[in-house]
Amino acid sequence: MSMINYASREINCKLVYYGPGLGGKTTNLEYVYGKVNPDTRGKLISLATEQERTLFFDFLPVDLGSIRGFKTRFHLDTVPGQVYYNASRRLILKGVDGLVFVGDSQAERMDANIAAMENLYENLADYGYEPHKLPIVLQYNKRDLPNVVPMEELHAYLNPMGLQEFEAVATQGQGVFDTLRAVSKQVLKSLG
Amino acid sequence: MRSAGTIGSIGAHDLQEIDSLLATFLAETRARCAILVDRSGRVLSTRGDTGGFDATTFASLAAADYSAGDQIAELLGESEFASLYHHGERQSLVLADLSGWAILAALFDHRTTLGMVRVKTKGVAPRFAAVFSEIARRGPAGPLVNIEAGWADDAEREIDRLFTE
Repeated sequence: MSMINYASREINCKLVYYGPGLGGKTTNLEYVYGKVNPDTRGKLISLATEQERTLFFDFLPVDLGSIRGFKTRFHLDTVPGQVYYNASRRLILKGVDGLVFVGDSQAERMDANIAAMENLYENLADYGYEPHKLPIVLQYNKRDLPNVVPMEELHAYLNPMGLQEFEAVATQGQGVFDTLRAVSKQVLKSLG
Repeated sequence: MRSAGTIGSIGAHDLQEIDSLLATFLAETRARCAILVDRSGRVLSTRGDTGGFDATTFASLAAADYSAGDQIAELLGESEFASLYHHGERQSLVLADLSGWAILAALFDHRTTLGMVRVKTKGVAPRFAAVFSEIARRGPAGPLVNIEAGWADDAEREIDRLFTE
C-alpha cells in the first residue's frame, strides 16, 4: 500500500523489479538512473557482490515533484535473482505497490523465468498480497539476442493473466521507460 | 520482531504526536537526529540534524538492515533482536523496533552514550507503537482522488514527462 502522509503531503510508492538472475533488473535501474533528470533522482544504491551480482537489492529513488501539493516519490528496488537469495527477495517485497517482472527471453532461461514467476507468487502469498489486485507489468528482456523464444510462447508461459507486457533490450534502453511508465501509471490508478 | 503491517496513511494529528515523541526523545537522549522509518523502507518523520544526508536512501537501507537482522534472529531461534547497533568512529547508530510497525533510528555522537540511547528507546517504543496501532485500526483515510480531484491525471502527465528518453 502506498504510504500517504497527509500531514507532510507526501506520497511514496514502492516499485519492485523481480525476475530470474542475470535477467536485467539492475540494468533497468542503471538505465533509468542514467537518463532521468539528475535533479529528480537520488543516488543509485547497489548492494552487490564483488562480481557485481545483486546480493541484497538495488535502490533508486525518483521524485515526480509536487503534484497538486503532494510531493510524489517512486522508490525503485530490485531483488537478487539467484535462487538461493529467496529470504532477501521476500524482504524486499514488503510494502510493494507495483511490480515489474523482468523475464529473460533466451530459450535456455525459460525454466528460470517460470521458477522466478512461481517464486514471486509464493512470496506475495506469504505477505497476503493478492496478485490480481497488485499492479504487475511484464518485460521480456534481451530481445536482441539470437536464441530468443517467440513472444507468443513467453506470453503463454508467463502471462496467462494477460498483464501489460513489453519487449526490451535494457542494455540499449529499449522498453525500459515504456515498462516504468506503465507500472507507475497502474500504481497511481490504484491510489484512486 | 516480525513486521506488524504497512502504515498506509498518516494524518496531521498522527504526525503531531509522532513529532512530539521524537522531539522528547531527542531532548532526553541528546542524540544528533532521530528518523522514523516504516518496515518497507519509507521515511515517516525526521527530527534533529541529518547533516544533509539523503534520508530516503537511509530509510531504505535501515529497513533492509533491520529485516535482515530479523531473519538472522529467526535462524538462530531467537524471537527477535529488539535493536541493532552500528558503532562508528565519530557517530553511531541504534535501530530499534517499534512493535513491528516501524523502526526508530537514532544517530548519536560523543554528546551522549549508547546506554542512554538504549534506555530512552525502550521507554518511548510502546508510545510509538500505540500511535501506529491507532493508525492501523482507523484504516486508510480514503481514496486520494476524493481529496485532490484531478491529482491522478496530473501525476500521469508528470510520469510521461519524466520517464522518457
